[in-house]
Amino acid sequence: MAIFNFQKASLSPAPFARGYREENPLIRRILIALSLIFTLLILVMPLLVVISQAFGTGWDNFWKAVTNIFTLKALYLSLITTFSAVTANTVFGLAAAWALSRYNFKGQGFLITMIDLPFAISPIIAGLIFILTYGRLGWMNSFLQEHQIKIVFATPGLIMATIFVTIPFVARELIPVLVARGSDEEQAAVLMGAGFLTIFWRVTLPHIKWALIYSVILCAARAMGEFGAVSVVSGHLRGKTNTLPLHIEILYNEHHYNDAFAVSAILVITSVVILTARSVVEHISKREERSNVR
Amino acid sequence: MFKSFISVMALAALLVFAAPVLADRELINVSYDPTRELYEVYNAAFQKHWLKEKNEKVTVVQSHGGSGKQARSVIEGNEADVVTLALAIDITAIEDAGLIKSGWQSRLPNNSSPYTSTIVFLVRSGNPKNIKDWGDLAKDGIGVITPNPKTSGGARWNYLAAWAWADKEYNHDEKAIIKYIKKVFDNVLVLDSGARGSTNTFVQNGQGDVLLAWENEAYLSLAERPGELEIVTPPTSILAEPPVAVVDVYVDKKGTRELATEYLKYLYSDEGQRIAGNHYYRPSNPEILKEFTKYFYLSLKLITIDDPLFGGWAKAQKYHFSDGGIFDQIYTK
Repeated sequence: MAIFNFQKASLSPAPFARGYREENPLIRRILIALSLIFTLLILVMPLLVVISQAFGTGWDNFWKAVTNIFTLKALYLSLITTFSAVTANTVFGLAAAWALSRYNFKGQGFLITMIDLPFAISPIIAGLIFILTYGRLGWMNSFLQEHQIKIVFATPGLIMATIFVTIPFVARELIPVLVARGSDEEQAAVLMGAGFLTIFWRVTLPHIKWALIYSVILCAARAMGEFGAVSVVSGHLRGKTNTLPLHIEILYNEHHYNDAFAVSAILVITSVVILTARSVVEHISKREERSNVR
Repeated sequence: MFKSFISVMALAALLVFAAPVLADRELINVSYDPTRELYEVYNAAFQKHWLKEKNEKVTVVQSHGGSGKQARSVIEGNEADVVTLALAIDITAIEDAGLIKSGWQSRLPNNSSPYTSTIVFLVRSGNPKNIKDWGDLAKDGIGVITPNPKTSGGARWNYLAAWAWADKEYNHDEKAIIKYIKKVFDNVLVLDSGARGSTNTFVQNGQGDVLLAWENEAYLSLAERPGELEIVTPPTSILAEPPVAVVDVYVDKKGTRELATEYLKYLYSDEGQRIAGNHYYRPSNPEILKEFTKYFYLSLKLITIDDPLFGGWAKAQKYHFSDGGIFDQIYTK
């Protein structure tokens, strides 16, 4: 039975054991107030400001900003980048999680550490290493020139930088699930003569599908909003290498505050949709799990 | 549920990759921060001009950022057909990387600068601290806003303009000049890394009494905040010449030399010059400049970077702004 790590934390508090003395109510109130104020100041208020600024000069202006040709091109580029990065990371994440949980091999620890690296490394480094490797002064340059391949300051560079930053999302979610479950069922399937693909589709995938969907959703959210690494490899060519977050910065620097906030609102709304999707996935997977138990 | 998830992803893929691709002739202009509005208008004009002359549609792709950063991206492989930057030294860096042939600055008139600008003072409406000339910046109780000369092109012009005034005022006595410059930087409240950052500090956040600004940025702020600010043009200032150049290696690779050359030449046409004037850049054509006397105070004395006082960008850069240079000595106190 699959247990994902996000399900371990249930929102309803565990009741105190009988005889346990109630905590000081003052401390309780202070803690609740602190968390609420913190959330309000850091998250809710700034987001409300974004939305209100976005519509600050009326619906018509909002619509004009959002349907501007450069905004649409930036949105399109962000979608391509996100889609490619999520696809690549899903394939890689499945492969890595499978390998790490099924086989014992040298360099296992190394692989896990490497997968975690993007969480720890600053995005500007992520961008610069691509410039230094694939840029005009990079060591791959003569090969790339010969074959007329453009990586940095073009869409491939944006995709690679985004993949780099979002690598951990799928793999890190799947590894614990696969490790916790062990490989007994797969071994049984092998004994019964099932091929690799059959085992994957009919034995493994059904167990990890919710964790997979969940991680893909988070990965997409992060990829869509990626700014730092992409900013370094972009070259900021309008309508060519400008993703939505980069476009927002440009609008802001051009004194088009309301347009910047209008386009920000697209990203904020996307995040809300993605978070809603995540809750729905959590809800369905829990219900399915309960019915499995019965 | 899982199957429908997969079909949603497939549909997304279809939408993403099936979108139409435009295939006009393309020209990439890598420029610096304050020229965004100027080139938006100029590009539209040039597109019409090229369509009329060659019966060919052309799309101009714009890129803006700090001048030094933009030069860096071209050196690293951002394949700009033309660069239109803040300082000649940034284009020289691209030349040193082997992408632009030497002698580029004499290929076009006026040191390859189709428009010029200068440094002026932006003050609060009514000029409450009565700031008129460079000497006033060193007075006690004056809050000065300028970007950092180590990172900003505009800030270097600010510094050199102050230096030029002091050189005359103190009769070439370098000790006295340095003392004055130190006093000015002691009065600096916020040292942002770029010109737009300083403008925001002064205009949006209301910090300081005077902003040392590009003339064109100052006029943009005036238009943004009518009635709150005013411009003071000091009797002497510096002539800033933002140059333009064709990036030889890239245009030859892409076969866009003719288009790129015409794009820069058209900046010198009457139409190009008027567009520059409308965006508060001083047109290099003196006849067209006269049409804009309502903005530009023409009788101010402008010193160039090639004046013996500075001896060109390479020398000024090394003497004033390199590590351990005069600015470092002043600012580390």
